[in-house]
Amino acid sequence: MAVTQQRGAGTLDVERIKGDFPILERTSHGKRLVYLDSANTSQKPRTVIDTITEYYERHNANLYRAVYELAEEATAMFEEARVSLSRFIGAPDPATVVFTRGTTESINLIANAWGRRFLREGDEILFSEMEHHSNIVPWQLVAGATGAVTRLIPIEDDGTLDSSRVEALITDRTRVLAITGQSNVLGTMPSIHRLTESAHAVGAIVVVDGAQLVPHNPVDVAELGVDFLTVSGHKMLGPTASGGLYGRLELLDAMDPFLGGGEMIMEVFPDHSTFKAPPHKFEAGTMNIAEEIGLAAAIDYLEALGMENVRSHERELTAYGIEALESAGATVFGPKDPGLRGGALSFWYRDIHPHDLAQVLDQEGVCVRPGHHCAQVLMRRLGVPATTRASFYVYNTREDVDALIVALEKAGAFFGA
Amino acid sequence: MALDELYKEVILDHYKNPRNKREMPDAELSCSKNNPLCGDEITVFVHEDDGRVLDVSFVGQGCSISQSSASMMTEAAAGETRGEVERRIGAFRGMMAGEVEADEDAFGELVALKGVVKYPVRVKCAVLAWDVLQEALAGEGEAGGSAPH
Repeated sequence: MAVTQQRGAGTLDVERIKGDFPILERTSHGKRLVYLDSANTSQKPRTVIDTITEYYERHNANLYRAVYELAEEATAMFEEARVSLSRFIGAPDPATVVFTRGTTESINLIANAWGRRFLREGDEILFSEMEHHSNIVPWQLVAGATGAVTRLIPIEDDGTLDSSRVEALITDRTRVLAITGQSNVLGTMPSIHRLTESAHAVGAIVVVDGAQLVPHNPVDVAELGVDFLTVSGHKMLGPTASGGLYGRLELLDAMDPFLGGGEMIMEVFPDHSTFKAPPHKFEAGTMNIAEEIGLAAAIDYLEALGMENVRSHERELTAYGIEALESAGATVFGPKDPGLRGGALSFWYRDIHPHDLAQVLDQEGVCVRPGHHCAQVLMRRLGVPATTRASFYVYNTREDVDALIVALEKAGAFFGA
Repeated sequence: MALDELYKEVILDHYKNPRNKREMPDAELSCSKNNPLCGDEITVFVHEDDGRVLDVSFVGQGCSISQSSASMMTEAAAGETRGEVERRIGAFRGMMAGEVEADEDAFGELVALKGVVKYPVRVKCAVLAWDVLQEALAGEGEAGGSAPH
């Protein structure tokens, strides 16, 4: 497989990388496409697209249940994809990696299969003010069903999480600490390792929303010590509806299944059923076979670039972006130190409403996301109805940031702000 | 489509200088609603007497489309009978759905918003104030006073 190699330590050869992404060849409204919305979903390299096509053209069959060659190939490719994802996040055993449609499904799986089994009245579920709705709503639902209560961890004014303030909220009633690895709005990266130790000290489990963390950083679940980590494949160059969930094997063993149906069972009787061991216990029905195999191709691509290099490229771009936005008169939310954050830059520009701003930017070929970013709790804390967010990935350059600034200035002139 | 086809001069004028953007302490009817898509929130106040809408005002925050639409709406509704206001709400929704021909005789300044039809995501911004006015007229909100903050 042809994969772009990095040019030197700490940098990526972005011009070559761009050539790997067919969509970046197109224009938008007659302008160069400047894609700054990878926190929403990433673009896909040729190798991922080709892998999916090849799968459908050469190997397509359902998994496990047939004995013919095609089915054996499809099953082997799917299980190899599990090995790839497991290696990518440092999971000790592929059996600890369950395929799901992404972070939303993963957190719902944990909240239902673990939460409904083990949470009791008065147990506390902690989540932070900067969580995505997918790390809030499933917990509210399971709290309603079990009598557990949810408690909010406040963020600091600079958008960081003060670990000692979090620790003050962790008590012997805490059973779950649900926390983002990297905020999709502020970019903030909490100290997961430290918070995990504090949560474990009271016997709580730690669920990390890895939707933004995993695509942009080297991640090792064994080193972090977390109990669950979620992965959204479509944000890391993979197909939509690819992704998964890491869970500690003892927990996966002890918890209930999530969806019931074909392939997750051992034996079915009229009055009860027995279930497979993890991970298949959680994989009912026909899975997203092509998507997970496509995700494995995305992982190969990222591994060839090197996740340390990906992180350092984005860190450099984030520093450049923050400075450029602030110089242009924008207010950037979240930590200013690029060492404490990822490359999702939410900002407010000269009192132009984010929807108006994004509309003008669109005309310039610049794709950003306006809105509440599925973080209404955080929007209230920030005191804004919405923000505009520009976010980076391996194919972005300083020229993309410069194009954003030029487009912002056009918007400023247009709205007379 | 060029930007100035969406953001007509009239829209920018109403956005920068909104008409009737004020609370109405003695309003008989009022209603608040937000657009969950973008977090915009709007409160509409109605002073009504004997089946006639004498005055309409609004407060809230939002994008230029939602704010200018609210501003133009207050002017389009004031002084009309309740039946006529309800007809205009229906006609405006029809224009935004692309079902009613947007001619200047029928819609006046509101015709400026017809460019929004091509941006389905923004149609919700344009109709927000009108939805709130309709709910206020239906008595689904509360009487009078200030915005719920």
